[in-house]
Amino acid sequence: MRKIRTPYLLLLPGFAFLFTFFILPIMNLAQTSTQTPVGGGDTGQFEQTLRFSNYLDAFLENKEQFGRSFVYATIATLLALAIAYPLAYAIALKGGKLKNFMLILVIAPFFTSFLLRTVAWKQILGEEGFVVPTLRTIGIISDSTTLTSTSFAVVMGMTYNFLPFMTLPLYASIDRIDPRTLEASGDLYANGFTTFRRVTLPLSMPGVVAGTLLTFIPAAGDYVNAAILGSPNTKMIGNVIESRYLKIVDYPTAAALSFTLMIVILILVTVYVRKAGTEELV
Amino acid sequence: MSKKVSKKDLSPEARAIINSQVTRRGLIAGTGAVGAAGLLAACGSGGSDSAGSGGDASTVRWGNWPLFLDYDEDTKKYPTLEAFSAANGIAAKYFEDYNDNDEFYGKVQAQLKLNEDIGYDVVTPTDWMAARWIRLGYAQKFDLANIPNRVNILDSLASPSFDPNRESTLTWQGIMGGFGWNTKTNPKGVRTLDDLFAPQNKGKIVVLSEMRDTIGIILLSQGVDLQTVTEDQFMDAVDFMEGKISDGWIRGVKGNEYAEDLTSGDATAVIGWSGDMFILASENEGKFDFAIPESGGTISGDNFIIPTPVGADAKLNAEKLINYYYDPVVAAEVAAYVNYVCPVQGAQAEMEKIAPELATSSYIFPDDAMSAKLNVFRSLTPAEETTWAEAFQQAQGN
Repeated sequence: MRKIRTPYLLLLPGFAFLFTFFILPIMNLAQTSTQTPVGGGDTGQFEQTLRFSNYLDAFLENKEQFGRSFVYATIATLLALAIAYPLAYAIALKGGKLKNFMLILVIAPFFTSFLLRTVAWKQILGEEGFVVPTLRTIGIISDSTTLTSTSFAVVMGMTYNFLPFMTLPLYASIDRIDPRTLEASGDLYANGFTTFRRVTLPLSMPGVVAGTLLTFIPAAGDYVNAAILGSPNTKMIGNVIESRYLKIVDYPTAAALSFTLMIVILILVTVYVRKAGTEELV
Repeated sequence: MSKKVSKKDLSPEARAIINSQVTRRGLIAGTGAVGAAGLLAACGSGGSDSAGSGGDASTVRWGNWPLFLDYDEDTKKYPTLEAFSAANGIAAKYFEDYNDNDEFYGKVQAQLKLNEDIGYDVVTPTDWMAARWIRLGYAQKFDLANIPNRVNILDSLASPSFDPNRESTLTWQGIMGGFGWNTKTNPKGVRTLDDLFAPQNKGKIVVLSEMRDTIGIILLSQGVDLQTVTEDQFMDAVDFMEGKISDGWIRGVKGNEYAEDLTSGDATAVIGWSGDMFILASENEGKFDFAIPESGGTISGDNFIIPTPVGADAKLNAEKLINYYYDPVVAAEVAAYVNYVCPVQGAQAEMEKIAPELATSSYIFPDDAMSAKLNVFRSLTPAEETTWAEAFQQAQGN
């Protein structure tokens, strides 16, 4: 009997934590999302009227920012994958004695705050940074072209900030590949590319799926990069939620948008994981 | 090659402020003497020093806007605040956390509603936000006996509609909204909306996230009186701003961060605030300048407010702090640094002694001609506040 209870007891702290800090706030968010302003009331005063059309209104008013969020997050995820895969491959299979040192370099950005790292990008891509004058000198961009306050800057910032989330699962996955499988592929006359395509990539798919999820999910809800590196024309849904909560003090719309974002991400992730078919993901 | 900006190219006010730099540094270095004089006045008139130090709370936490208090770059301290602490035995904790009225209110509103500590004993919201705090019961009434220096407030600021007897608020600084610009890219200056939206500024314009300043200046340029502005007129001005954003003229709608965009070169012209611009001008050898638009600028005040959750001891400390900054000697010292409109009578005479060039600046001590150019945005109803703020935020892509 005691043996049967043990797993439940072990689950209890985690469940209590989730209940307090996830389930309860979510329930609060849900009941806020259907409220409406009190007639003749002051800013920030709402009452429960079960107005479910708040969801439709909020979505229709902000569909552009929703679309932009998923486009930016997808591009940033693909770019991060393109950068992180060779990096993780090199560390896992060619790192040798430097493997641990290289891994520390990957996570080194986490030693400073997310905000500071993003502000640093603003300076790097700013008019008085080194990138813009260099690109102008070699004629890649014109004198009137700027890099900050653009979609480019926002996507670059997201790619940079979430790169470690892509690299670490990829590394863990590639590092587990038995080198003998790669040798066997060579013994069977597969060239390097075929070995990568038929052996390395399939075996590292759990890492690809985990990395893309860990990058895409926070990227879709991110608002810091768009706030610091973007312009009003590059605002994402996270910026709208922040503005509704903190500036307009329109809690019902902010709650409805948050819920909608959560549901859309959940649907996309479910479809993706099912398509990817990664039993080894967990 | 880049041409160094001559002081001759700058407005008289910017020249005066740059010329006063040496004076200002000397002033900060010698703050002990000036500060001591200020505190003697504060202690002498307050008469409640022992009561304050006898309480449990020996600190006061002040949440204020960035670049809004005299600051010594060498010691990394706030001279007048240091002097206040030394004289009163009250540790003053200063936070430059107030970057935007809406944003700050959004952060603390939930605690205020529950009457829970918001982390500050005194804050400085702008007039319209101060009105909201009073309306919702989030501002405590002062114990006027603890602020005898309140009588020094300028007559023009003594009876605002939101607090006619100044029972819960006192102006910290007055703020003028107008045009700021990089003098190299805009050698002829920016005095009209057409100057602002000149080709050299395309994609490099930042406007304030303070709705009443940005939309106020656009409305004034359209010939609208800010005291009688209607919703249709307001929405037209918002549409104008939105058009300039979507056409790529305006790169950002920001709080104090517009100063960083100017210094980094990412912005060349802004709708900004007088004091920030003059500080930028003085710190960058006249690279920037500021002017009130020909069609008129905006003026508003930031106000000391003690939030409702603040306990009795901390409230007393906050009142002592407010009283201290209403001493003309201290007020002049702050004004010499922040370059905003000084709300304290007698400060102009004190300024004569420490920075004579600034004593005649109409940006710090507005004369009749300057006052005639400045406009106050009318009070909005709670419903208007929400609707207009929503339209303003949506125009920014939020």
